[in-house]
Amino acid sequence: MTGNTPEAAAAAGELVYRQRLPVRLWHWANAVSVVVLLMSGLMIFNAHPRLYWGGYGANWDHAWLQIGARGTSGFLRVGPVEIPTTGLLGYANGQGYAFPSWATIPSSYNLADARTWHFFFAWGLVLPGVAYWIWSVARGHLRRDLLPSRAEVRPRALWRDVKRHAQLRFHEGDDARRYNVLQKLSYLLVIFGALPLAALTGMTMSPGLNAAWPWLLDLFGGRQSARSLHFIAASVIAAFILVHLLMVVLAGPWNELRSILTGWYRVPRDPDTGERA
Amino acid sequence: MIGRRGLIGAGLTGGAGLLLPGCDRINASPAVRSVLAQGERWSMGAQRLVSDRAALAPEYALADRSPFFRPNGNRMPSSADYARHLEGGFADWRLVVDGLVRRPLSLSMEHLRALPRRSQVTRHDCVEGWSAIGQWIGVPLRLLLNAAGVSSRAVYAVFHCADDFRGVPYYESVDMVDAFHPQTMLAYGLNGRPLPVANGAPLRLRVERQLGYKQAKYVHRVELVETLANIGAGRGGYWEDVADYQWYAGI
Repeated sequence: MTGNTPEAAAAAGELVYRQRLPVRLWHWANAVSVVVLLMSGLMIFNAHPRLYWGGYGANWDHAWLQIGARGTSGFLRVGPVEIPTTGLLGYANGQGYAFPSWATIPSSYNLADARTWHFFFAWGLVLPGVAYWIWSVARGHLRRDLLPSRAEVRPRALWRDVKRHAQLRFHEGDDARRYNVLQKLSYLLVIFGALPLAALTGMTMSPGLNAAWPWLLDLFGGRQSARSLHFIAASVIAAFILVHLLMVVLAGPWNELRSILTGWYRVPRDPDTGERA
Repeated sequence: MIGRRGLIGAGLTGGAGLLLPGCDRINASPAVRSVLAQGERWSMGAQRLVSDRAALAPEYALADRSPFFRPNGNRMPSSADYARHLEGGFADWRLVVDGLVRRPLSLSMEHLRALPRRSQVTRHDCVEGWSAIGQWIGVPLRLLLNAAGVSSRAVYAVFHCADDFRGVPYYESVDMVDAFHPQTMLAYGLNGRPLPVANGAPLRLRVERQLGYKQAKYVHRVELVETLANIGAGRGGYWEDVADYQWYAGI
């Protein structure tokens, strides 16, 4: 594997093998599943656009989050704070649903179909995800590529990476062969945080699994708490995807796409020459 | 660089425009629907694999109950027959247990209330996402099934109801695993009082490891069958028939 040893200096313009096959396979299986899960999940949320804490929660109980409409005015309420969201949430394009039709699967209200999509692609999240986890740990991907070194998480090093991101300088010279530290931390947050949280809180909402594994309810503080946490985990994943796509575009979309499709990444030219690959 | 990004932006926007009707076309395709429907079988298979047949749904303390137990679906059956029963305090209401049984039963409410009862504080989860916790009192279904002598050919218990949506009667069905489950009951009491009409008076099904639409209300007949094909549109329940909801509602 060309340039896979950190000691070897990467020449500008050189192709390095950056993404191994299991990473690429999992990335795309996960990408398809997560997008379907998010969009069908928004449709499922539309059936009851209120979130609660605890075991029970229905219309007469206090909701900590609500998306709704009064007439043709949409609103989002979180705790005591209410903001108008007409055109985006609560009411859009003449319809009074929490999330608008362009964001949901299917596009017009259909809870049964959304559930069918959601529970099919849930397998597409969990099975490749577990396989990827096992591979990551067993074959050193986690340790080598994802876990930051002690030096990388020192405040000064973190601050340096924040500044570099602010300057839109992501991968330079020899650093290009590795993920930078903010990248590592955000990948860890999603892969070992938000995705498993979404999967586990999803399973906690199943009355069938509640009988088999009642400890899930204890872990998340009841079914309605699990539903709230499921929504929060999904929001974190959605936010990650937006930032992730933005970073791909800013870092050079063709080079990034080539590396996640073929594994090969072209090391950017030295920034001092003012040129970027 | 800006040109390239602009192009990508335009591509993504245009793609989303094409994607939406595309998604709905995919959703309508019978082939896709039959593949996606496999998910229900996997969910049920996986849940049955990790659950004991008799694994109990969580039971709660009385203090954990919802202040108000939300009724849903039909809250007042529209038939004149039901109105008459309501007026008479359900004194003439009969529960029939028939189909693939050796000894068909026809029981009055008085008879049912005299049978051994079970009380359980459980959580009711609507398919829409909300939950309510309440205390149910009723007769375990397996007592009735054992009294009727269920044939070994029976695969499903079908619950026929006195309510309807625009003339289409409500019904539901469960398999023998859930029919004989220790918490599965025909309930006649909620939170220490007779079952309110909105919640299914005089008798409703509680099948605690599944979602709300399985909890048939206003039950007047339990029919043991080998196949669901000859009942309603053949999918095993009202919502399954009219809106393609999953028959297995453990998720």
